[in-house]
Amino acid sequence: MNPTDFTIRGALEALNEGLVTSEALTQAHLEAIAALNPRLNAFITVTAERALEAARASDKRRSDGIVGKLEGIPLAIKDLFCTEGVRTTAASRILGNFTPPYESTVTANLLRDGAVFLGKVNLDEFAMGSSNATSAYGPVENPWKRGNDDGTTLVPGGSSGGSAAAVAARLALGATATDTGGSIRQPAAFCGIAGIKPTYGRCSRWGVVAFASSLDTPGPVARTVEDCAILLESMSGHDPKDSTSANLPVPDFAAACARGVKGLRIGVPREYRLEGMPEEIEALWQQGLAWLRAEGAEIVDISLPHTKYALPTYYIVAPAEASSNLARYDGVRYGARVGGEDLKDLYERTRAAGFGDEVKRRIMIGTYVLSAGYYDAYYLKAQKVRALIKRDFDEAFGKVDAIVTPATPSAAFAAGEKQDDPVAMYLNDVFTVTANLAGIPGMTVPAGYDRQSLPLGLQVLARDFDEETVFAVSATIERAANLTKLPQVRAFA
Amino acid sequence: MSYTIEGETGPWELVIGLEVHAQVTSNAKLFSGAATEFGAEPNSQVSFVDAGFPGMLPVINRECVAQAVRTGLGLNAQVNPWSRFDRKNYFYADLPQGYQISQFAHPIVGEGKITVELSDGSTKEIGITRLHLEQDAGKSIHDQHPTKTFIDLNRSGVALMEIVSEPDMRSPEEAGAYLTKLRQILRYLGTCDGNMEQGSMRADVNVSVRKVGEGFRTRCEVKNVNSIRFVMQAVEAEARRQIEVWESGGTVDQETRLFDTSRGVTRSMRSKEDAHDYRYFPDPDLPPLVIDPAWIEELKAGLPELPDARCTRYVNEFGLSAYDAGVLVAEKETAAFYEEVAAGRDPKMAANWVMGDFFAILNKMGRGIEDSPISAKHLGALLDLIADKTLSGKMAKEVLEAMAETGKPPGTIVEERGLRQVTDTGAIEAAVDAILAANPDKIAQYKAKPTLFGWFVGQVMKALKGQGNPALVNEVLKAKLDGA
Amino acid sequence: MSLDLKTVRRVASLARLHLEEGEDQRLQAELNGILGWIEQLQAVDTTGVEPLSGAGGTAMPMHDDVVNDGGKAEAVLANAPDRVGEFFAVPKVVE
Repeated sequence: MNPTDFTIRGALEALNEGLVTSEALTQAHLEAIAALNPRLNAFITVTAERALEAARASDKRRSDGIVGKLEGIPLAIKDLFCTEGVRTTAASRILGNFTPPYESTVTANLLRDGAVFLGKVNLDEFAMGSSNATSAYGPVENPWKRGNDDGTTLVPGGSSGGSAAAVAARLALGATATDTGGSIRQPAAFCGIAGIKPTYGRCSRWGVVAFASSLDTPGPVARTVEDCAILLESMSGHDPKDSTSANLPVPDFAAACARGVKGLRIGVPREYRLEGMPEEIEALWQQGLAWLRAEGAEIVDISLPHTKYALPTYYIVAPAEASSNLARYDGVRYGARVGGEDLKDLYERTRAAGFGDEVKRRIMIGTYVLSAGYYDAYYLKAQKVRALIKRDFDEAFGKVDAIVTPATPSAAFAAGEKQDDPVAMYLNDVFTVTANLAGIPGMTVPAGYDRQSLPLGLQVLARDFDEETVFAVSATIERAANLTKLPQVRAFA
Repeated sequence: MSYTIEGETGPWELVIGLEVHAQVTSNAKLFSGAATEFGAEPNSQVSFVDAGFPGMLPVINRECVAQAVRTGLGLNAQVNPWSRFDRKNYFYADLPQGYQISQFAHPIVGEGKITVELSDGSTKEIGITRLHLEQDAGKSIHDQHPTKTFIDLNRSGVALMEIVSEPDMRSPEEAGAYLTKLRQILRYLGTCDGNMEQGSMRADVNVSVRKVGEGFRTRCEVKNVNSIRFVMQAVEAEARRQIEVWESGGTVDQETRLFDTSRGVTRSMRSKEDAHDYRYFPDPDLPPLVIDPAWIEELKAGLPELPDARCTRYVNEFGLSAYDAGVLVAEKETAAFYEEVAAGRDPKMAANWVMGDFFAILNKMGRGIEDSPISAKHLGALLDLIADKTLSGKMAKEVLEAMAETGKPPGTIVEERGLRQVTDTGAIEAAVDAILAANPDKIAQYKAKPTLFGWFVGQVMKALKGQGNPALVNEVLKAKLDGA
Repeated sequence: MSLDLKTVRRVASLARLHLEEGEDQRLQAELNGILGWIEQLQAVDTTGVEPLSGAGGTAMPMHDDVVNDGGKAEAVLANAPDRVGEFFAVPKVVE
């Protein structure tokens, strides 16, 4: 077995038993990156030297009897997390060669537990996108191929496309990611891996480049549900530096994976049955529900009546917050600067040159919906609809313990598709965005394939801070699905 | 008679409202742990939060909230148990985040009022519209380089209270009196040091003019005026400008102006290519600010006595005149000094000495109460020496001068100089007898001309080397002369 | 509500985005497409609904009034595109 094929659980056991060292694990991943990254473009920055050094330090700790929860595990870090002394780009030109003098809380937690960082992975610029096409560092290729068509490059999804592609192609055992409207769950589904957006407030946002503060949620992607649980447990926890961080104990998420679903009530929202949705997605959904029923869950039809308004609501709230969050990129204190004839001109030229088209579009939309005369019609209205969406979930969770839906309305699409119509691109997040607006946890679990053998995922949602139920349901689906296909592009294939 | 400015078309009334930015007294900034001290090296009191670095998040400083609550209570205002922070979005080089965290829709403090004293002895109530917490911006320095502006972010993120008044003021004097009173209250509360030279307090002055009996006309805002005197000057200058505009057939445009202190005129601010559109919205990094009513009660219980209450107490309990009480409470430090001097002593006598000879000495020396050469304890001891008749009033004045020069306690000076008042009736009688015996002619003259009494007092005091108790000398002399 | 070109330019100016020749027209079309789609929200009855501005906690935490940050001018200035001494520098601003 190649070391890059380990799950995190498996690697931890192998490290414990002395079957492998962190250095060897790390070295194998660095080799895989060297071989495949020129093609996949999953990594923006590879920190090979640092990684090997960290791995050796980890091996030393292990030999000294100091063994963290993630001791020696090589991970990829979405390039939205600030990493001390390592360039952080948010996949934008505007950050230039910005090198943070601080470490984000989430990555600091992972380091505390012994993780080894391989480098920084690609994403849509400022996490705005669903295909990783908006990155200033170029698009990422999905390691999966249509069964009968090796030639077409597919997108890995976005915004955490680099995280998902790297993990699927076995360039890392797991990765950090962030989810503002579906940016963990949609790429996880497209790349056939698991990913959880925990409850808002579970993982600190401190040190994560902000897109939309009330929606941004850090979380992990990995190849199994349990691996996600292991990573999330390390990443989570109260952070006094983030005023929205929840002051709650972190449960044993990995243990929850073994709980099963006996006696759980699983909701099936009728509004997620979209017109024109591919038949295979509907079939997968039914299959997933059948597996859960077979394991002792009760399936309950529910209604989330404001679902169809979630995306338009999101496309007011997120750009509004982004327009303000991205105002700090002005070429004064850090980042790229383009000179101008005066300060205003400097700002305008710096920002015009530094931001890509999608980011500019969203800044424009956000600025407009907050501007005098339009605030009530757009922003305030969206906040009220958001309250209704949250209320829908509150009512549903009065009746059920979890909700299961498709993760995405389609499998991965080809690069270049949907690029011309922003709204068509936005529709990718139709099933995921509701959880961000409501703040609840949601997970993508790989559950099957479409007829071109591309992976498809199901989404599991639960109440605020009940990630344990999400893991219990997701792990049950994962066991029942028992998927064996591997992406065509992968390490040492 | 209310204040008006006479224009060509008759008298104009002024309508003035003030927005005061008061720096909250705190060790650390509103949303970061960087220091707030004045005058530090550039960018040395800056955290990554204050510099708007990627991924940085604000966490509020409890003391800044407490200070705003205290101030609200001191302004007789409603403290809102639920308030919220909004972002005010605009670009400026010294605004690192591209927005200021402020409270737009839901301020921490609602309506209140304060009473101001005017020079004619009358008082007037000025309404407070609201008080909210917000971040200060950094500092742009334009005069250090021919083509560049320098940015120092030390002030960036320092907590400010913006205190907005109702447009209740009608004259430069009222504006000055309001600012004076507000500053006095803040200093008493210890919530702002009121130091306008260092920028701890600045005022935006809203001015409009109208014909008597009219509704409001368009107002202009004169930004960032940094002394009480300048506020009064700016009000008048801006009012006169507006009157001229109206009277020449023009219209006053609502705009932001600056007060040019050297020329004494206001001028329009240049840098505003686009009309301000601040796009306020709730800051998604910050949950609502919820204040436990029990905490408000706790803060209320810990409030110091404020000038109005103190003034009333001085009048009612100490029997001081309203004027004297007003002078003594004007500065917190003066009032504290006075109370220490008056403690256990005659409060009126204490007031006379503090406001009279003591103030005169400070004045002469060009010192303030905080660096007074005479401590309250020593001044009190001096009053005790008067009360126990060790010193006469005249002698006490001499001792006070010596105290100011040497810093020594009065007892020491009395000992050193042998300045002990003669209160022994026998000694005084002997001196009186000797003077009377030596001057029979004067006694005869005295019968016809009682004003000669003073001459006898002088002779006796001279015989007693100036240390005779004046009251006793008078008493004995009078008895003997009138009985003779 | 659809955007005219003048509004597109005003919004770009508010957002400090320089527009290249013709970019205003492209943005106008794109933004109107998005805004037209967003328009469906107006159909939702939100009478009496309290707006929900964030998914965070219900009350904000507070920290003690202790100076534990700052004193690192060099780190603050290290990424600056232009600095003079201990200051950030920008083209001269005339007020």
